[in-house]
Amino acid sequence: MLQVQQISRSFAGRQVVRQLSFSVGAGEVVGFLGPNGAGKSTSMKIIAGFLPPSSGTVRLQGLDIQRQRRQAQQILGYLPEGAPCYGEMQVLDFLRFIGRIRGLQGRQLQQRLQQLGSQLELEQVWRQRIDTLSKGFKRRVGLAQAIIHQPPIVLLDEPTDGLDPNQKHQVHQLIRELARDRVIVVSTHILEEVSALCNRVMLLHHGRLLVDESPQQFVARAPAALTGNQNQAMEQVFRQLTCGDET
Amino acid sequence: MSHWLILLRREFASLFITPLAYAYLLLFLLLSATFTFYLGGFYENEHASLQVFFDYHPWLYLLLIPALATRMWSEERRSGTIELLLTLGIRRRSLVAGKFLALWLFAGLALLLTFPMVLTVNFLGDPDNGAIVAGYLGSWLLAGAFLAIGSCTSVLSKNSTTAFLLCLALSLLFVISGHAPVLQLFNQWAPQWWLDLLASFSFLTRFQGLARGLIDLRDLVFFASFIIAWLVATIILLELKKAEK
Repeated sequence: MLQVQQISRSFAGRQVVRQLSFSVGAGEVVGFLGPNGAGKSTSMKIIAGFLPPSSGTVRLQGLDIQRQRRQAQQILGYLPEGAPCYGEMQVLDFLRFIGRIRGLQGRQLQQRLQQLGSQLELEQVWRQRIDTLSKGFKRRVGLAQAIIHQPPIVLLDEPTDGLDPNQKHQVHQLIRELARDRVIVVSTHILEEVSALCNRVMLLHHGRLLVDESPQQFVARAPAALTGNQNQAMEQVFRQLTCGDET
Repeated sequence: MSHWLILLRREFASLFITPLAYAYLLLFLLLSATFTFYLGGFYENEHASLQVFFDYHPWLYLLLIPALATRMWSEERRSGTIELLLTLGIRRRSLVAGKFLALWLFAGLALLLTFPMVLTVNFLGDPDNGAIVAGYLGSWLLAGAFLAIGSCTSVLSKNSTTAFLLCLALSLLFVISGHAPVLQLFNQWAPQWWLDLLASFSFLTRFQGLARGLIDLRDLVFFASFIIAWLVATIILLELKKAEK
């Protein structure tokens, strides 16, 4: 469903993404891990068709994101880094606007808005301006716009940043539901999110893909003493791989 | 519904959420009346036409349109919504057209609200209303030309002050290139064909006829192609500048 082949990207002579290749099938939830500046967000931007790669190709259900950008983006849901929204708009008006752009109208749009409102508990802020919302609500509005058209491929850049534990749990549940027949790629700093949500881990460092395996295999890299505590083990492996710290 | 139309509706509605739209309308109406009655000597002319009213429009737009146009793209770049907008599967030309048309319609609305001028001149005398319609058409086209420059300059910088000043400078260039004192400055050393070329690109020269009620196809073609050219430049620059920090 999603094929990334040898993509690279440089900014002012500095390579941010290097020869990144992977493919993801339906039902897979990929956790994009890496320290700050590892190239996660840039890779997401390239996959979403916002940035062109310096080289390489991205295909979404066979559609080339550069050559068939519009068609490819129509089957994609994307939550950009920081969940940007039009702050001056009310939540309902904003989601209605995105829904219309995504081809929904009339009763179909109304039903979808109701569904998202209850799934993400947005009904209480329907008539509130987005720039007056808390970070958690803003993030959920961003998530709602990404999935309003029920796309087969969803890219989420830090979807739970700023959410409290209850809201995180709620979003995790929603992503799990979505994942049944879709491709989901989640970029995150939060290691526990990977163990709670993903069935595949990809670790990026200096723009290179270091690891592409299951969370179990990832945890198994930790010393035996730590494998009982999955989060601690993950953190240890993360440090080992990204700064060679074994303590 | 087409993407450009959905965008147009959003942009148009969002204008009225902020005080900008009201400030523009208020200033446009106040200044156009002040220019016409005080600077232009509307009553002293004793002539039943709106020529004086239209004569000041290039200067009025020069003052107000850059402020209005700046928000088109620089705000999208500053807030990061450009990333959202450019990944929704919308054609670039629909994006640029939708945003531009929303502001152009708004400029048209401001013009329509000057209808008391038409009523006044009809009450005081017997004007050529055809000429007045031509003047309004010309003024709307002129506003479109200023907005098209603003669309392009607002892509260039996410700093709204920079975008505003850039738009102001470029617009000023297209206004004064036909201004008599500027042409006289070049008159002493430049060949005539150069002066004609310079004047032909001037909003003042192009708008002069329309303001007097003369619809010349060449002027209409000039404004239409001028707007299209700047919007095409916007599409190209949008691709180049969208991801710049």
